Amino acid sequence: MNELKKVYLDNAASTKVDDRVLEAMIPYFREFYAVPSSEFSHSPGIQIKEAIENARESIAKKIGAQAEEIIFTSGGTESNNIAIKGGAYGQIDNGKHIVISAIEHRSVLESAKRLAKEGFELTVVGVDEEGFIKIDELKKAIRKDTVLVSVQFVNHEVGTIQNIKEMVNMVKSINPKIIFHTDAAYATGWIDLNVKDLGVDLLTLTAHKMHGPKGVGALYIKKGVKITKFIDGGFSEFNLRGGTPNVPGIVGFAKAFEILSKDTIEYVKGLRDKFYEKALNEIEEVRLNGARDFEKRHPNNLNLSFKYVEGESVVLYLDMKGISVITGSACFSRTLEPSYILMAMGYSHEDAHGSVRFTFSKFNTPEEIDYTINVLKNVIDTLRRLSPLKGE
Amino acid sequence: MPLPYSKKLIELFMNPKNVGEIENPDAKATEGSPACGDMVQIFLKVDPETKRIVDIKFKSYGCASNIATASIVTELAKGKTLEEAKKITWKDADRELGGLPPVKVHCAVLAVDALHTAIENYEHQHGLLKEKKPTDKEKVIKRLKHVIDPRKGLDVIRTKLVKDVEVENGVVRVYVDMEEDEQYAGNVREEIIERLEPLWDVKKVEVIFK
Repeated sequence: MNELKKVYLDNAASTKVDDRVLEAMIPYFREFYAVPSSEFSHSPGIQIKEAIENARESIAKKIGAQAEEIIFTSGGTESNNIAIKGGAYGQIDNGKHIVISAIEHRSVLESAKRLAKEGFELTVVGVDEEGFIKIDELKKAIRKDTVLVSVQFVNHEVGTIQNIKEMVNMVKSINPKIIFHTDAAYATGWIDLNVKDLGVDLLTLTAHKMHGPKGVGALYIKKGVKITKFIDGGFSEFNLRGGTPNVPGIVGFAKAFEILSKDTIEYVKGLRDKFYEKALNEIEEVRLNGARDFEKRHPNNLNLSFKYVEGESVVLYLDMKGISVITGSACFSRTLEPSYILMAMGYSHEDAHGSVRFTFSKFNTPEEIDYTINVLKNVIDTLRRLSPLKGE
Repeated sequence: MPLPYSKKLIELFMNPKNVGEIENPDAKATEGSPACGDMVQIFLKVDPETKRIVDIKFKSYGCASNIATASIVTELAKGKTLEEAKKITWKDADRELGGLPPVKVHCAVLAVDALHTAIENYEHQHGLLKEKKPTDKEKVIKRLKHVIDPRKGLDVIRTKLVKDVEVENGVVRVYVDMEEDEQYAGNVREEIIERLEPLWDVKKVEVIFK
């Protein structure tokens, strides 16, 4: 018996940590384990403070920000929580209306819903069938008392990249007091981000989707933007987030950001494109979900629907063959409901159930693509033969 | 953590038995719909003398549990008389599969219902069935015993998720002991509507949350 091949194609969920990242982190477990501290402390504390500040500087530079505009968090979810709740309460003197898109990550969606329970008014803006925000709808949603707008930079499920710059300009031309947040967790490292060019006030970053460690992220907060603190317990992170910083994580985050190169991204794009081409050639009735223009799509993302079959079956079958992917099907979700993202894009339940997300990384090989396509072709054939929806 | 499915379930999912259609079946039935993500079709061939199921096949659109339970249900029914086959319950299917995860029990219910409906259709076509009865509270509750509470893997009547039922002029109101924004609320609503809407004299189903 051959050993089961393992092909990990769920890199939008999380990625393998790069060895160089891991090596950069290890000393911060073994030698430099003191708590980072102010200049009036012991030497190890000061030394570690310096490592954090270097990482802060390096990450800030990557997105065109200043070091003091970056706070470290436990990841994208926490950054989004701080941005939405802290951002909305920070501007409460200007009003109590917030606007988000229908396809935000749950951490934005649920933070916004909590605010709605606490007395804020929430407007949710729709998207078109490729997952692009309806700009007209966004425009209409902006009011005098709107304090915060949040639109995801790139969608984690269908890979659609929004034109954030255009939205920021539009929103601020109507009401310049509005704080604009974008969740760029899935974009971190993969897509050029320049906060000055984008014009955003808040931007979420995370490490683990670009071969960095889990449990660490950052929030860019434009100088002068007021954020209400809600993790109390000390003055760390410019008095915005209490708690001992995740020092090895922060060091690893900066390293991962530093080493993710254009060549790597091109390589991953190449794998993705090859996979798509083969899927179209070898399997009938495949639908691409998300942006059809690949320039407006996350470089590692492919999301396909296979007509007449249900996604959970596909996922389990592939898993039995060592291939890891996910689906937007109800049978796969914790709520037993299909992906709210595909539903917001106007999909029927049936099309949403048949969606499967394939997301690639630099650790995948062309051979893995060939193997996966072969298995996939088989799975789809088998399941379609079973399907009462597929006529003869 | 191991996979949530038994070896038997995975084996039947990968290699299901009795797959396909029967040409000129004596009866067939479809339960579920692609909209809710699960659909099972059952085809029967019945010996007119002995009333024994001589052949049974299925087609399935749905998750692994759906495919595996449809496979097991056809195996359980094959060779049985219609009266014996009527006694097959989802619990039998569940037991044969070594226990489904609670949120997947509705798949077993669906396959068993498709079998029962196919038998009912056979009886109807062969004049073995009495007149249609109007829907009343009792009938609704009976149908709701086939809706599974996804939190517990038991039916919503047994888990007391359904607090009360009203039937009035073709409108069925089901009162549910759950907040509207609870994790499974959307699923529970859909499953209840799906079970009650096919009743011949039901015009509207309303699911009312806490």
